[in-house]
Amino acid sequence: MPASRPEPERLWRSAEPRTSYEVVIVGGGGHGLATAYYLARNHGIRDVCVLERGWLAGGNMARNTTIIRSNYLWDASAALYEHSLKLWEGLEDELDWDLQLSQRGVLNLAHSLADVRSSVRRVEANRLNGIDAEWLEPEEVKAFCPIVDVSPDVRYPVLGATLQRRGGVARHDRVAWALATRASELGVDIVEHAEVTGFLRDGDRVVGVRTTRGDVRAGRVALAAAGHTSVLASMLGLRLPLQSHPLQALVSNLYEPVLGCVVMSNAVHVYVSQADKGELVMGAGIDAYNGYAQRGSFHVIEHQMAAALELFPIFRHAQLLRTWAGIVDVSPDASPIIGPTPIEGLFVNCGWGTGGFKATPGSGWVYADTIANGRPHPLAAPFSLERFVTGALVDEHGAAAVAH
Amino acid sequence: MLLIHCPWCGPRDEVEFRYGGQAHIAYPGDPGALSDEAWADYLFMRDNPKGPFAERWFHAAGCRRWFNAVRDTATHRLLATYRPDEPRPEVGP
Repeated sequence: MPASRPEPERLWRSAEPRTSYEVVIVGGGGHGLATAYYLARNHGIRDVCVLERGWLAGGNMARNTTIIRSNYLWDASAALYEHSLKLWEGLEDELDWDLQLSQRGVLNLAHSLADVRSSVRRVEANRLNGIDAEWLEPEEVKAFCPIVDVSPDVRYPVLGATLQRRGGVARHDRVAWALATRASELGVDIVEHAEVTGFLRDGDRVVGVRTTRGDVRAGRVALAAAGHTSVLASMLGLRLPLQSHPLQALVSNLYEPVLGCVVMSNAVHVYVSQADKGELVMGAGIDAYNGYAQRGSFHVIEHQMAAALELFPIFRHAQLLRTWAGIVDVSPDASPIIGPTPIEGLFVNCGWGTGGFKATPGSGWVYADTIANGRPHPLAAPFSLERFVTGALVDEHGAAAVAH
Repeated sequence: MLLIHCPWCGPRDEVEFRYGGQAHIAYPGDPGALSDEAWADYLFMRDNPKGPFAERWFHAAGCRRWFNAVRDTATHRLLATYRPDEPRPEVGP
């Protein structure tokens, strides 16, 4: 796909950390960069530093399967993810950057009567929330995605699918580069290779961070560290309902165009799209055990490939080129945790689990507002840490599409 | 794939096992007496260290017994496995 806009001459400015900022964001991935961008753009808070322990967007932002959709079940989730999808739809103009956003449609397959019922329910719930959603019978699935095997005699027959036509994919790296560059132009300092090793405290309040590149004081500290959130929070004695797991993905060799949409299957743990270059990009289920090693067990890949080959017999010609894993922070209800914490001056945005990429702009938008105003953005309010005490969980295991 | 040493059956492939999360979390003696915060802590809060972690495994395709392991989550290396009635062994990463 040719770039629709001229490439910018300069990317972001790589900054030396100063000794003090109004806001320090820990984590230079998609969510951290989007938060910095919207802090500067929406709230005029430009005295912001993004600290990244590795290289910019080299964690889960480099490892996800780039799927974007908003077809979640509950009102709270639908509102948050749809806000994000609407931002995606304007993001190329907003950032003046070709993000290769492709709203090619996302199919979520149903393989059992229980799947069918929950899928139809979710379609109706989506429509009530103003989100585009359709239920497709097997022959309609075949018409929309001709390479899917919908014959009834397979192990996990396709009994139908939900379709969100506005769903699709975007080029993950370009999203990070665009957000970093525009944030940087607004005055945000982006500091790579600065790992947070501790926090500066003043009584009960967090007043900064210790890093491998020196101490940095901050009016507010905002974590956007995905799988490593627990490691950071534990330095403050803050317990969070998170478990970090490897989530694996893979690409095949280059193929002629065979797959024009995104196909996801919750039951058989496979989701696949075809990159513009031609690789099949597939994601697997999470590895069961906790792990930070950015790799998983190979039997998870084998299981996923078996399911993919049954769904798409044409894939038997494909060669596995490369597998990898990212570390995802999974919450008990498969929903994120966004907001202030019991520790004054400290904010968290975590628990996105297997589905954070699609939320990048929406997450940044509501998190920036939450940090700027010191209270949850209305769309973030249902996703507070307190919900695990009140019991007001937002159970999205059905819509999250990857087994948690 | 991990090679996991079941305390009863010996070393077996990971696919024979199910994962059970953090070990040594006892059911509260008097759940009704707990505050909402304490109940949430029991129900939802778990350690999530990058390093040695005591965790439960179930030998689903073998002896069908639960046991505990200490595993380094930074490397996935299993440092020790032990029966549920044994204390957590002292092992380093």
